[in-house]
Amino acid sequence: MTKNGVLKKSQWIAGALAVAAVVMAVLVNTTALGQYTWLRVLFGVSALNFTLRASVPLVLGALCGILCERTGIINIGIEGMMLAGAFAAFVAKVATNDWPLLASLLFGVAIALAVGALMGLLHATLSIRYRMDQIISGTVIIILAAGTSAYLFDRDAVAQGKFGPVRIPLLADIPVIGDILFQNPPITYMALLLVVIVHVGLFYTRWGLRSRACGEHPRAADTVGINVNRYRYLNTMLGGALAGLGGGFLVLEAVGQFQEGMTAGRGFISLAAMIFGNWNPFGALAAATLFGYTQALQNELLLAGVTQAPRQFISMLPYVVTIVAVSGFVGRVRPPAAEGKVYETEGSSE
Amino acid sequence: MGGISLRRIGRALLVPALAVITALLIGAVVMLIFGDDPLAAYRGLFSGAFGNGRAWSTTIRKMTPLILTGLSVSVAFKAGLFNIGASGQFLIGTVFSVAVGVSFEGLPIYVHLPLALLAGILGGMLWGAIPGMLKVFTGAHEVIVTIMLNYVGALFAGWTVYAGGTQGQRPGPLWDPTAGAISETADVFPSAQLPWIFGPPYRVHWGVVLALLAAVLIWWLIFRTTVGFEMRTVGQNPRAARYAGMSVSRMVILAMVMAGGLAGLAGAIETLGLNHKFAPEFSGAVGFDGITVALLGQTNPFGVILAAFMLGALDAGAARMQFQSGVAADIIQVIQALVLAFVAAPAIIRQLFRLRRIPEQIEETTLRTSWGG
Repeated sequence: MTKNGVLKKSQWIAGALAVAAVVMAVLVNTTALGQYTWLRVLFGVSALNFTLRASVPLVLGALCGILCERTGIINIGIEGMMLAGAFAAFVAKVATNDWPLLASLLFGVAIALAVGALMGLLHATLSIRYRMDQIISGTVIIILAAGTSAYLFDRDAVAQGKFGPVRIPLLADIPVIGDILFQNPPITYMALLLVVIVHVGLFYTRWGLRSRACGEHPRAADTVGINVNRYRYLNTMLGGALAGLGGGFLVLEAVGQFQEGMTAGRGFISLAAMIFGNWNPFGALAAATLFGYTQALQNELLLAGVTQAPRQFISMLPYVVTIVAVSGFVGRVRPPAAEGKVYETEGSSE
Repeated sequence: MGGISLRRIGRALLVPALAVITALLIGAVVMLIFGDDPLAAYRGLFSGAFGNGRAWSTTIRKMTPLILTGLSVSVAFKAGLFNIGASGQFLIGTVFSVAVGVSFEGLPIYVHLPLALLAGILGGMLWGAIPGMLKVFTGAHEVIVTIMLNYVGALFAGWTVYAGGTQGQRPGPLWDPTAGAISETADVFPSAQLPWIFGPPYRVHWGVVLALLAAVLIWWLIFRTTVGFEMRTVGQNPRAARYAGMSVSRMVILAMVMAGGLAGLAGAIETLGLNHKFAPEFSGAVGFDGITVALLGQTNPFGVILAAFMLGALDAGAARMQFQSGVAADIIQVIQALVLAFVAAPAIIRQLFRLRRIPEQIEETTLRTSWGG
């Protein structure tokens, strides 16, 4: 077992909270506890369903961040990659509206992945080849994606149809848990699966070991014959594809249409989830679920009308929780050592 | 700083100028690809920015807040910090200045106006202090915190003018009851409004003079005072600064407070000079544009003025361009992103135009930020 695989204290806390939430959910939705509005707001099936839906783009964004940063490329452009993916998915879906629904949606997914990867390639090229400060390069990605999608967006275009839920037989029949976890549209399952894939990939394969070496000690990696920059390009593109998928999720599965600036800070919250989760896929999943829950809570509170607090304060929840999380935990986590530094082989100047 | 020679200035301007030209060319190619007419677009853009006196006054008006938000981002850069939070600081500054502007009826203008401007600066400073203190005391990265504070700031500003909800939510403290169901403030009293410099057709207010003065002041502070020297040292090499006995924490907080104050002043000036009130639709987007301005101006206060003029002209011309040529004004944002990309990676421009390497000391523009520590 690698050091990175060991659960940290904060992750134990997150795990315990998740278990407690599931227990409460089962109780609230099956027993008389359900008559209390506040408990329904906090633990109802609809709140937890919303949590999962809100978490998906955050999980994908955080995985993007993990892939990039583990190899040493800081990516604050996740927001832009996600937005580009969302817009690309929308354009692809609209262009193929007359195809069979599933084919058209899958085409949308493919294009979202591809455009996300291209944005990753752009980020990698700017920061590796042209040695642009990686945080600024990320900002360029964000502004570019926002500007281009606004310029090209045809406000009359309508995407027809979106992914519907897929019931997983037997598992979906489990009360409450089945309703929440096993009746979801495909990208949601894919995102959860990707958490496992990225975890196994990073910690149990040669690619993962080499990637992490590039992020921790590129000189050493280079010495043993690893092409550091090739790994950085590759992983930034893979990460970009995942962020693009997160955008595709918004258009093809959650909303069904594109709106200008529809990522609304999700890329940045993903970044916080990545940090909060200590650059580990499962940690990021836990953090993303927490942030997703704050969004769900915001939604449920507004719908239920149980509070007289102005809606602006309720809407601040996800952002404030992100700040608290980043302030409370960032000191206790450790980013990859060689992050953000351009790697040059010895003796090369240009 | 050393002596100022024309040759040095020319060299420093070369890459930004080429960056702008290249971005405009690529913008033209993009327009061609998507069936727009770039010549008509740029003609509209130019006449909207410089075509006549009114166009000029629009350019100057758009330039004014950009100078201040550009300075805001630049000051943070000097201390090695990336302030993406200028838009939140701008909005909080706006709200604070409006709060003073709609209160205290009957004060003379030479008391009321400075008071309202100071309130704006104070609001921005508070909003800038939060990420600075969190960075120092908890290690939270300012990029994430400032971005989150942009959202929180916009929501908070929106709440202050909130007309109230149907479930018993009380209206916000600055909401104007005479506006009915509309969420907005009353107009600030004339004694808190920045007067126009010229007559009615040219809507240029004294804010532009304040912004220019702020640029000079910041230049003096950064390049001619001990505090500025310490700030630059912290930005370039925090370890060396620490060994030299400077307080890195103090400089980080101070830089963020100053950055916030400048963005807050931008908000105050925009409100007291132009809008005279606040409504939730007013955006803090000029705060975000401050990043492009700061980088294009190479984080030098005088460079910032030039860059703000450039971007102000683009903004001023955009509406006319869309009206005259039918090209969506959003293309300006694409061009701005390209400008940003090229100034932040001068290697691209040098390669494109086969320029020789520019002497390092001019090239060195502190466009380095930190992530881990």
